[in-house]
Parts: sequence; structure tokens; C-alpha cells
Amino acid sequence: MSSTDTHALEGNSRHPGLNLGAAHAQEEDTREEMVFGFWVFMMSDLILFGLLFATYVTMLGGTAGGPGPQALFELKSAFIQTMILLVSSFTFGMASLALKYREDRVRLVVWLLVTLALGLAFLFFELKDFHSMFDKGGVPSRSGYLSAFFSLVPLHGLHVTAACIWLVALLGQMAVHGLDAPVKTGILRLAILWHFLDIVWIGIFSLVYLGGLS
Amino acid sequence: MSRRTLNEQEARECKTEQRNYLWGFGLALVLTLIPFGLVAFIDIERMTLWITIGGCALAQVIVHLRFFMHITLAKNKREDLLLILFTVLILVIMCGGTLWILFDLYQRMLPGMMP
Repeated sequence: MSSTDTHALEGNSRHPGLNLGAAHAQEEDTREEMVFGFWVFMMSDLILFGLLFATYVTMLGGTAGGPGPQALFELKSAFIQTMILLVSSFTFGMASLALKYREDRVRLVVWLLVTLALGLAFLFFELKDFHSMFDKGGVPSRSGYLSAFFSLVPLHGLHVTAACIWLVALLGQMAVHGLDAPVKTGILRLAILWHFLDIVWIGIFSLVYLGGLS
Repeated sequence: MSRRTLNEQEARECKTEQRNYLWGFGLALVLTLIPFGLVAFIDIERMTLWITIGGCALAQVIVHLRFFMHITLAKNKREDLLLILFTVLILVIMCGGTLWILFDLYQRMLPGMMP
């Protein structure tokens, strides 16, 4: 990448996440405020997750004779979930670029639908994982360790669920109103949420799954 | 809505940004495969393993912030970056404090809770 390109891309940045640039100048001020406000919310959410991570670590020894991480987790399943979420982050990026450069609704909707499908696949594998944990006696009420696990990991899953619902709502909005300014702002904010959830998942697979299985 | 026709500069920017997302994806993939591979196939000392997992995780977070969230060191982005740094400061104080206090307590009063 040449330095002039970098300058052109980074020089006009007004908010976190992908900026739509000059071709989407309409209502740019509102968009800047709303996306930055959402960024502030994301950071407060990060503190919530951070403290649940801390709680989880303090509860590592509290298995109370129940099953621990070695008995409960499967590396393969954690790996599948990680890959699905990473690919979905990339496909959302492609959707953002389709919004910025194409204004071609078909391409945008296709990338968003791929992302939605990956989000749902992630939730499916996560629920399957919890189900197999339950079968092994790993229920939230079994020990302090499992309570901490089930307040951290399913909270992330709940966020992914909310993001999927939001995505469906945006697709509906787009079908009714077209690609207007509120829909564009919504997609930019959802992109931030989606990438943020992938970052939280890095912490979960590193600390909870890889840390627990090593 | 029909497809917008891009002028030459926009077309170039589009290519650059697509390449950026691909770079981000590639780097994140490598930084995911390394720790999973180590845990699955290679038997190394635990401390080294944990440090590697932590290092890869940290690097991947930075890759995601840079390539997917577009947080860079460019001057007019400082507000976003400052907010992240402030949040990290709060997290370090609160999480570090939690771990310090509780593990100190475990050591003195509840040796069974030490993992």
C-alpha cells in the first residue's frame, strides 16, 4: 500500500470502524455522533466482560469436587467456534465495503446473510457444547467454577444472539425503507459490535478453552 | 438502487481496503492457529505455552482493532484510541485488584481455592 493511499484512507476518519467517506456525506455529522456514542457503550461493555474474566480466574480453583475444564471442554469444538466467528468478522467487513463502495444492495445483503448464517452456526455449536457439558455434569449450580463459566461464556453468546436479531431487523428495515441514512448508520454500528464480539471471543478461547485444556 | 460507478481513485481505495481486510483475516488466522496447534499437537512447558497463548491473543486483538475496527495512530483518531486506553487502565486496576486481593485471601485463608 502506498503512503498516499493510507493518507487518503485514514486522513478523513470521523469515527471508529469503517468510515463511509465523501460519497455518503449526507447526515455525516449525525453518523459521527451515533457511531462514537456506540463506541463508548462498547467500551463499557468491555469492562463488564473484563470483570467476568477476572471472576472466572478467581473461581478456577472452586470446582468443589465437580468436573473441571479438562473434563468438560473439547478443543475441536472450541476451534470450530473460533473459526466461524473469525470468518464472520471478515464477511461483515466485506459487507461494510460493499456498503461503502458499491451501494449495490444485492452484494450487501448477500454478505450480511452469510454473516448471519455464520453467527447462527456459531450459536448452534456453542449450544451443542453446553449440552455436552450438561451431560457430563457441568451445570451452573454444580460449583463456583461452573457458575463463573456460565456467567461469562453464555453472556458472549447472548451478545451474539442480540447481534443476529439486530442484523435481521436491519435487513427488514432495508427491505422497507431502502438503503437510507439510518440503515447505513445501523450497519456501521452493528459492524463495530460484531468485530468487538470477536475480540471478546479471543479472550474466551485463549483464557477459558486453551488455558483450561493446556 | 443500482450499482455506483467508481472513479479511478475510489476504485483504488476499494482495492486497498479489500486487501487490508484480507491481511487482517490472514494475520488473525495465523495468530489463532499457532496457540491451537501448540495445545493440540506439541508438548511444551506450561509456562512457555501460557505466555505464547497470551502473546498471540494480545497480538490478535491489536490486529482486529487495526484492520477490522480501523483504530490507528492517525492523529484525528486519538479520541477512539484514548477511550480504549482509558478503558484498559480501568480494567487493569479493577481486574488486577480483584485478582490480587482474592488470591492473597486464598493464600492466607483458603489454600484449597488456589488452582
